[in-house]
Parts: sequence; structure tokens; C-alpha cells
Amino acid sequence: MTTIISDPKTPCTDVDPFSRDVLEDPLPFQSELRAAGPVVYLNKYDVYAMGRYGEVQAALTDWQTFQSAAGVGLSNFRKEMPWRPPSLLLEADPPHHDAPRALLTKILGPREIRKLAESWTADAEELVDQVLSRGPEFDAVADLAAAFPLRVFPDAVGIPQAGRENLLPYGDHAFNAFGPPNELVAKGAARVPELSASIASQCAREVLTTDGFGAQIWAAADRGDITEAQAPLIVRSLLTAGVDTTVNGLAAVLYAFATNPGQWARLRDNPALSRTAFDEAVRFESPVQTFFRTTTRDIEVGGTLIPEGRKILMFLGSANRDPRRWDNPDTFDLNRDPSGHVGFGFGIHQCVGQHIARLEASTLLEVLARRIESIEICGPTRRHHNNTLRAWQSLPVRVKTSSTFTRK
Amino acid sequence: MFTEENFQSYASETKLVVTAKTHLADGVVSLNLAHPAGRRLPDWTPGSHIDVVLPSGINRQYSLCGDRWDAHNYRIAVLHERDGRGGSEFIHHGLTEGTTLAVGGPRNNFRLVPSEKYLFIAGGIGITPMLPMIQSAHMMGADWKLLYFGRSRRTMAFLDELAAYGDRVMIVPKDQAGPRSASDLIGPASVDTKVYVCGPQRLLAAVERHCADWQPGLLRLEHFAAKSHGAPIRDASFDVELARAGLTVTVQPEVSVLEAIQRAGVRMLTSCREGTCGTCEVTVLGGQPDHRDSILSDADRAAGNCMFPCVSRSCGDRLVLDV
Repeated sequence: MTTIISDPKTPCTDVDPFSRDVLEDPLPFQSELRAAGPVVYLNKYDVYAMGRYGEVQAALTDWQTFQSAAGVGLSNFRKEMPWRPPSLLLEADPPHHDAPRALLTKILGPREIRKLAESWTADAEELVDQVLSRGPEFDAVADLAAAFPLRVFPDAVGIPQAGRENLLPYGDHAFNAFGPPNELVAKGAARVPELSASIASQCAREVLTTDGFGAQIWAAADRGDITEAQAPLIVRSLLTAGVDTTVNGLAAVLYAFATNPGQWARLRDNPALSRTAFDEAVRFESPVQTFFRTTTRDIEVGGTLIPEGRKILMFLGSANRDPRRWDNPDTFDLNRDPSGHVGFGFGIHQCVGQHIARLEASTLLEVLARRIESIEICGPTRRHHNNTLRAWQSLPVRVKTSSTFTRK
Repeated sequence: MFTEENFQSYASETKLVVTAKTHLADGVVSLNLAHPAGRRLPDWTPGSHIDVVLPSGINRQYSLCGDRWDAHNYRIAVLHERDGRGGSEFIHHGLTEGTTLAVGGPRNNFRLVPSEKYLFIAGGIGITPMLPMIQSAHMMGADWKLLYFGRSRRTMAFLDELAAYGDRVMIVPKDQAGPRSASDLIGPASVDTKVYVCGPQRLLAAVERHCADWQPGLLRLEHFAAKSHGAPIRDASFDVELARAGLTVTVQPEVSVLEAIQRAGVRMLTSCREGTCGTCEVTVLGGQPDHRDSILSDADRAAGNCMFPCVSRSCGDRLVLDV
């Protein structure tokens, strides 16, 4: 590999942000990154990095200079072949990005998805009943954070039952593949052909139900708002981006409450805080930790000249903990207005499914707040390592159900 | 910073400065608008318009016709309408560089959808939304043509910019070409060609007539002026429940839903008041709207979950709005 010598004034580091240690606890590294400067050079990967809120937010907004179409992972699509056909949403820029984005903005908009709320509340009540009926101790990841999205989201998209077990492994690999080709990517590589084929088969018009998001995407192709060739790839975007992210977002908010009992009491007093709570948890844990961008021109950021065509790693998680932007950033606080966090990205590529994620979270939280008086960690917690996601493997919790609550 | 999608709540809040006013053709000037502090402006897509609030308080919609890769400048072009209501008269003869204007949007009711082939048809100032559409089509490698109708070359703006596209552009000035009908130039339907039209009402009507039996989705028009609708479906009063405000108002036949809501003391952002701009869009929670706007597609109308209370009414005796 030819290393292009970085601007000598730019701070650099030998730390590998995708190493096991950093994935286990990224906060110390992120703190060093922010302290080092607005732009830092990562020697190991020959790329630039940004960890401060101001620069990260500005770069995410400036799609003209910091493009996504060269891939939002380490791999540069200008030089390397992507492992799968690029996403029409995440890995595209205007004008190619416009029509798919406009379509999903509409299908996944607050007005369109409101009709899901009622049945999702019923699903949440049923799930919570089932979990609590087994006793006061359970795994908040497997039993709630993963179980709830897997129960409601595939139905909302309209995919068949068969093959749903591949959603999480596929998503896990897709998010690993944004990082360097390390052992996490190698671990998933063997199953790529099988998983890709399974997900692709879920995106076909004939397997989708007639009333889900998938059918709406195909209906847009019939109207000519997108092309027939785009439709399955847009469905695929829902399946890739809509499961692991929400699972880890829910795990994040449950962990935050289990370790902040005072905040849980506040939510119980005022369940309308559930939406703020979820966004605050997304800020606090940043389920999507990082995405790359690629420069389309020479650009100076914070005194560093980044040449055209270079990859820059945006640390969303670090920006969301930047004390330059947030008071007491390491505190999970429902008093805070978390608006402006970059946990969903920012600008034209900001998470188009965020309203779905908020609806899933607020539905589940409101049911839990009614049923559960207190929630605490009752055993060793375990992280799940992924090159892009800040994820949980296991969160053993013990809950006390609400004494005032009677049901049926 | 905000994007087109979440910009609505900021409408009319942004003040932009006129940094250049340029004579483009007889009766046409362009304005360049920028943030007074040099900030980045909200993103937009081809077909987007902004609301411009003039110092007199009147509100006009203009298509963005600049370069979206330039995040710091908006360009609009304005035709001097001699029989207009004063907006274009002020822009042409009262407005100077350095003036600050309140700007709302951008909002897009005229989106460019992907296609292998496009036919763009512009009449007069209707060229404005076509310029960024052409740029997009060109970048995506589509096969496209532009028919540009006008009274004479002297009145037709952007001819120099369009010259760069060579024979993809057909300029049709009435004083040289004679009155050429759009129908002769459009030809028969082709399933792989999307047709985009913007211009005077009679051009839109002529193209709509020509394409009346084409399959849906091929023809896409921008209504600058409101479409004409027949009489409302219901001629009696009806009730509108404002779910968030916890109020129910009765709408009499001679009053718009918007006026009834505002008279009840509920604030609602509006702009054109003729169902063309989309500013006052509300979510419908119950009942069936009688759509009388010029924005929604047939599919949107069938979904029935949103409406524009400045013009639209109710089919039944009750509507429930998320207001």
C-alpha cells in the first residue's frame, strides 16, 4: 500500500478503531480523538477521521464535498468492487439518490406509519406478557430488544416467514463489511452467498404481502416513480438497515434505563417522554458508531488539507459525546433535548427509517413503563462486536412488576 | 441545518438577501438569494420551489433554477406579469440588490422520477424547473429532449445556457416558427419516455388533452396556477374536529376549512391559499376529504390521509384533522 504522507501538522494515531479493545469500549479512544484535533490521521488505514460534533455534523450535511457514492465503508468503490450491488439510498448521491429517497421518505413518514401504532401496541403487550410470565429475570436483548423488531418489522415490510432467521446475520455482516477486512468480516464471509440470496429472494414482488412497505415500493415502480430494477434494491435497504439498528437502539435504551433508575421513574410518571428517551439513548450509545465519506475535492477542515478522493471516518458516537456540544454528555438524561444528535446521521442521508424506529421504541417503552416498576442489571453484561454497530449480546435484567397494574 | 424534508416548520423563518438581480430576457429577471451570514441553504431537488414573502406581505412561489451543487445560493427567475397582482411588478421595479426577503421551503410537488428517456416541455417562464431537471437527466445519462415555447427569442430566458446542450433543445419562438402546436411536436406515447411540462395554463391543457389516453405516470405537470375544479361535492356545512387542539369547528359553505380553523384561534402556516404550494398540508385522521388542490397525485388522493385546508373540503359531514 502506498501511504500518502499526511499534512505534517495533522495529529495522527496508530490506534485501530476497529480493534477488539476499542469495539468493546470505544469511549476512551473517542475522547482521545476529540482531544487530538478536529481531523486526525489513522495510520493503520491511511484515512482521516473526525470525532468532534461541529466538524462531523458539517461534513455529514455537505454531501457535495463528502460523498457517499464511493461507499460509506473503508472500501473505495472508485477503485474496488463492492461486495454487493451498492445501496440506492446509503451508497448513492444526487441525482441517483433523489427518487429512492423521496419514495422512502413518503412511505416511512410519520403520517403513513401512524396506522401501525395500534397493532404494534397490541404486539408489545403480548410480548411483554409472555416475557413477564416466565419470571422477573430475563435477557433484555434476546427477549425484548431483538424479539420486538423481529416480531413487527418484517410483517410491516411484508416479507414471508421463511428466511426471517437470516435478517440479523445478514445485517450483522453488512455492518461489519463497512469496516476493514478484519476477522469480524472473515467470520461472516462464508455465509455471504447464502445470506445474500436469502435476502434478495425476500425483495421480489411475488413474495411480498400486498399491504406492506415492500408492496408500496413495488407500487411506486408501477406508477413510474422508480424503475422496476430499483424496487428490489430499495426493499433490500429496509431489510439491511431496519433490523440490527433498531435492535441495538432498543437495547441501548433498555440498558440506559436499567442503569439509571431515576430516569425510569420519570418515564413512568410521564410516558410521553418515551420518544425523547429513545433519541437520548441513540445519542448516548450511538448504535451506528461510524460511517465513512469520500472527498470530492481538496477541502480544508480545521487546518488540515484533505485531498480529493480520500476516505474520512466520521465518528457519530464521538460527536454525540462531544462536550463542546453537549452538557454532561456521558449522562443519560431525559431533561436534555437530544435534538441535533448525529446518531441517525444528518443531511440528505439521515436515517429515513427513524420514524419507524421511534415508533417501535415508544410503543415498547410505553407498555413496559405501565407494567414494570423497576428494572436493574442482574448479571454480567456482554457486548456484541461489530465494525460499525455498538451492539449488545446480552443484558440480563431483573424487573419488579407494577403492583398497581391489573390486567384482564 | 435542515433538509427539504424537515424544512416545513421553518418556512417563512429564513431571511435571505438578494445578492444579484440580472436581466435575462424581455420581462424576465433572475434573483440570486443567499444567507446574510453566508450559511449553507437547505438542500433541494429538481422541481422544488420556494415561497418568497415580499415586503407587502404577499407570497409568491418560484421554482429553483440554479445549481444544487452550490449550497450557498438559490437562483429564481421572475416573469413580469403585467396583469398580475403586484408581486412581479415589485420584483422587477421595486426590488434592489441587498434587500432581505423572507423565504419558505423549499418544497417539491414536481419531482423528477428516473427514466431512460425524457421529453421536457416548457412554455415561457415554465423553463425554470426544467433547468435543474435537465442537469439531472444529463448526469444520469438519460436520453432527453426539450421543447421550449415562447413568444419570441427576446422573451425567452436561458437560451445561452441551453445552447450548450446542442440539438437536444428545440427552441420554438412563435414569431419565427409560427404557432406550432405542442401535440404535433410531442407525438405518440412511448412507455419509456416521461413527459414533464410546465408553462401557461393553455399549454398544460393542450398537453393534457394530447396525452389523455396515455398510461398513468408518463405525463407529469406543474401547476403554477391552480387547477379548476367543479363545484364542491358537498354544498352544506360540515364539522372539522381538530384532534390535537381538542376543538370542533363548523365550516360553512362560504368559508374555507383553513379560515374556519384560524377563526377558532388555531395557528396554521399558509402561503398560496390556492392549493398549489403545499404549505398548509395537514394529516387527515378521519373522514374523507374533497380534494381541490393542484398538488396531490391520484394515488395520494386515494390514500386520503392528507389535505390542503386552504382549498379542500369534506365529502361527508365530519373530518378529523391532526391539528
